[in-house]
Amino acid sequence: MPELEAVIGLEIHVQLATKTKMFCGCELSFGDEPNVHTCPVCLAHPGVLPVPNEQAIRYALQIGLALGCEIAPRSIFHRKNYFYPDNPKAYQISQYDIPICGAGRLGDVRIHRAHLEEDAAKTIHVGESGRIHGSDASLVDFNRGGTPLVEIVTEPDLRGAAEAAEWARLLRETVRQLGVSDVNMEEGSLRVDANVSVRPAGSEELGTKTELKNMNSFRFLQRGVEAELARQRELVEAGGTVEQETLHFDPGSGSLTSLRSKEEAHDYRYFPEPDLVPLAPTEEMLLEARESLPELPAARIERYEGIGVPADVALTLATDPRTAGYFENVVEAADGIEPRVLANWVTGELAAALRQAEVDGGAADSRVSPEALGALVRMVQEKKISHGSAKTVLAALVLEGGDPGPIVEREGLAQMSDSGELEAIVEKAMADNAAAVEKIREGNNKAIGAIIGAVMRETKGRADGGEVNRLIQEKL
Amino acid sequence: MTNLLDLTALEAHEAMVAGDLSAAEYTAAWREAAAGDELNAYLWRADGTDEGSAIAVERDCVAPIAVKDIFTTEGVPTTAGSRILEGYRPPYTSTAVRKLLEAGAPILGKTNMDEFAMGSSNENSAYGPVLNPWDRERVPGGSSGGSAAVVAGALAPWAIGTDTGGSIRQPAAFCGIVGLKPTYGAISRYGMIAFASSLDQCGPLTRTVSDAALLLGILQGKDHCDSTSVGLEGGIALPGRQDLSGLRFGVPAELRGDDYDSGVREVFEQTLRQIEGLGGEIAEVSLPSSEHGISAYYVIAPAEASSNLARYDGVRYGMRTGGDGDLIEMYETTRSDGFGPEVKRRIMLGTYALSSGYYEAYYGQAQKVRTRIAEDFTGAFSTVDFVVTPTAPSVAFKLGEKTDDPLAMYLNDFFTVPMSLAGIPAISIPAGLVEPEGGGPRLPVGFQIAGPAFSEQKLLDAAYALEQGIGFGGRPGGDADA
Repeated sequence: MPELEAVIGLEIHVQLATKTKMFCGCELSFGDEPNVHTCPVCLAHPGVLPVPNEQAIRYALQIGLALGCEIAPRSIFHRKNYFYPDNPKAYQISQYDIPICGAGRLGDVRIHRAHLEEDAAKTIHVGESGRIHGSDASLVDFNRGGTPLVEIVTEPDLRGAAEAAEWARLLRETVRQLGVSDVNMEEGSLRVDANVSVRPAGSEELGTKTELKNMNSFRFLQRGVEAELARQRELVEAGGTVEQETLHFDPGSGSLTSLRSKEEAHDYRYFPEPDLVPLAPTEEMLLEARESLPELPAARIERYEGIGVPADVALTLATDPRTAGYFENVVEAADGIEPRVLANWVTGELAAALRQAEVDGGAADSRVSPEALGALVRMVQEKKISHGSAKTVLAALVLEGGDPGPIVEREGLAQMSDSGELEAIVEKAMADNAAAVEKIREGNNKAIGAIIGAVMRETKGRADGGEVNRLIQEKL
Repeated sequence: MTNLLDLTALEAHEAMVAGDLSAAEYTAAWREAAAGDELNAYLWRADGTDEGSAIAVERDCVAPIAVKDIFTTEGVPTTAGSRILEGYRPPYTSTAVRKLLEAGAPILGKTNMDEFAMGSSNENSAYGPVLNPWDRERVPGGSSGGSAAVVAGALAPWAIGTDTGGSIRQPAAFCGIVGLKPTYGAISRYGMIAFASSLDQCGPLTRTVSDAALLLGILQGKDHCDSTSVGLEGGIALPGRQDLSGLRFGVPAELRGDDYDSGVREVFEQTLRQIEGLGGEIAEVSLPSSEHGISAYYVIAPAEASSNLARYDGVRYGMRTGGDGDLIEMYETTRSDGFGPEVKRRIMLGTYALSSGYYEAYYGQAQKVRTRIAEDFTGAFSTVDFVVTPTAPSVAFKLGEKTDDPLAMYLNDFFTVPMSLAGIPAISIPAGLVEPEGGGPRLPVGFQIAGPAFSEQKLLDAAYALEQGIGFGGRPGGDADA
């Protein structure tokens, strides 16, 4: 049997961080007393009508443009009909055949569509199970009901659980940087469902998929998909077939349980929502959405890699736009120094120094100006101070700010330029560590550390390690 | 001054504004009249107690009004004629009622109606049928039967109702009053309990065309709570046209058949001659798709209704029965006990029409017919100013006469449904009285005039001229000359 290939597509629900709900004026909130943010509209009293939230439409346009989607000139709201207490109208207003955002792409994954809809209310099942089956009572909190959502659906372009989780992170970062959602998976403002199937590697056909729900972290997403892929592979390899069903992931046990099979699937009786006119974004709305787009992570990563920054460092910077901005200021201030080196200083030494000093906030908020960091790196590059001394200076800059020059001078950290003086110190250190010298001569090169250490102590770290090494070798 | 109740709403308004009539005295007279309702026309009446304080007016200077029980009124029972909303008191007031209150029109009461506006005889009310003031053995029409009966029966100076496929025009015709269905979008639907959202429209039921114009002027307008509302540009002025010269009235060939009451046809033909007498021109027009109106309507309206009525589930408000801890059972028992047979029939029809695999054949096809019907009217209005038909194929029929035959009942809407599907305005004015088959007191016949979308002003002007020409002075019991 040929190798089985994983085929994964994701459906991501993004709660928009608008001030009010999708179709009424109720405030959005998280964690307030139940049922305080409700009105006749979101409780579906008789006679009420929905009025679309313009801010939500603007946010959806931003998401669509950030994902390179085609924007529909006139999209249509539909009613998705089903009975459940968290769905007070007994229909959800969603989009069906003409979504606001059509085909697009993020990274290596094609976007199928992204549409606007409203969130359901929250049901709380009282009892040991915590789920509707076996509960003593069920309560409904309508605070969340009617929250604007954008549902993003990808094409089945992902080929592994880790890849899926990594791409979902990129998506979250992209949406976060737009400032249109809190994208908090634990609080449910970002929810990821996965459609999973397997097929013989190289095949163009899609296998029967299952839908995985309730993976409220990227780690659980990866674990859930891994578990389902393992289950499907085992099943298919044993000659079985995958049944179409919806599965609930239990992060505690790592197990998947069936929520409903294909036979139990709802007939949602979609039809165009007669209470709303087609959604036609104005030129002004489109222009504003385009102009408000920041440089997004995927573009930033590409640009940084283009100037020689390693992929992992580029990713770190791209997911932190403020630090990325700081890095770019350092690059400008330290003209001529390789961005790769500067990026390492920003994400490595400076980040460590800030952590060590227990300073809140990132590089951009610190007392270390981009000019100071640039000057410090230049000193190291020009061998004016040692790498070790530079860390000492950086620690001082974190606390007091200012320029590195005066600190180097004050602390006496300038690299020893008088090689005669250094030579004398090396000779003394070799004499003091005769045993080590003997070991080196016997071929144990590690012993050289003891001598270098002695030199560094004597010079308070001002000596250049390379130069010390060279002198020792010369004198052996 | 003579009997206060004889004044039209416009006359009363002008007298109140001029200071010749005490608003308090006038309203009190009507409250007293409404209290004597023997037609089962009111489901609730304002009696000056705390109940209803949320919909009190600050300054009354407009005639008090009866409101179909489909409009939400804060703190005041609103049932839509259904058992499932028995005891329900809405937490908010509909835009139409709010506008009436702001204009200074006190609410006299809430009128009886077919359950969720589904019906043509008012026999589908969970609270019993309304009686026709012309003959209490007959229906007042529906679904705005209560609103038509209170105006005709001198229990209110005027009223508002809703029209989805004829629910204002047909009861207005059966009760010998004026009923106007405005262009879809002219008046806000916010707070008007939905039956079929793409068809429902609020409108006036009045004694005269002038009263209808005054009321439409108050009600119309774009409302930020209803994204489908647009209002009527320039508002509505009182009609004053005296003749019909230069206006062409189209009679649809397809709707001129002989399969309806001869008395109705007689009055219709006689009215056409009156139009000519007033200088108007009669022409034949073709509306080839209109005869499919009923079929399309009875797919689209139930489809939307099946979704609109799904919210009555016993969870948040209204009636809840059974279940004993089981959710699905509670839904089923509540809805089985709460809805009447006609509502259930339409929910089933609509659910079926929308279901996967049937959608295109039913809902999709019906929408295509709807588009054709609208195009037919557009074509007709390129050669005529108005399209005219009888309002209903018969005069008011007897209680119980058609309750066992839903199809016969549905055919009541034959002349009124095409305009609803096209979204265009149409008015019914009383055109004469005829003796019903089988004898009994003479009964009113309505004449329907329809115009292009947003042509309300022109439509009211023409209807006014025709109204003056006809000189209908009929009153229930009085049987004056027509």
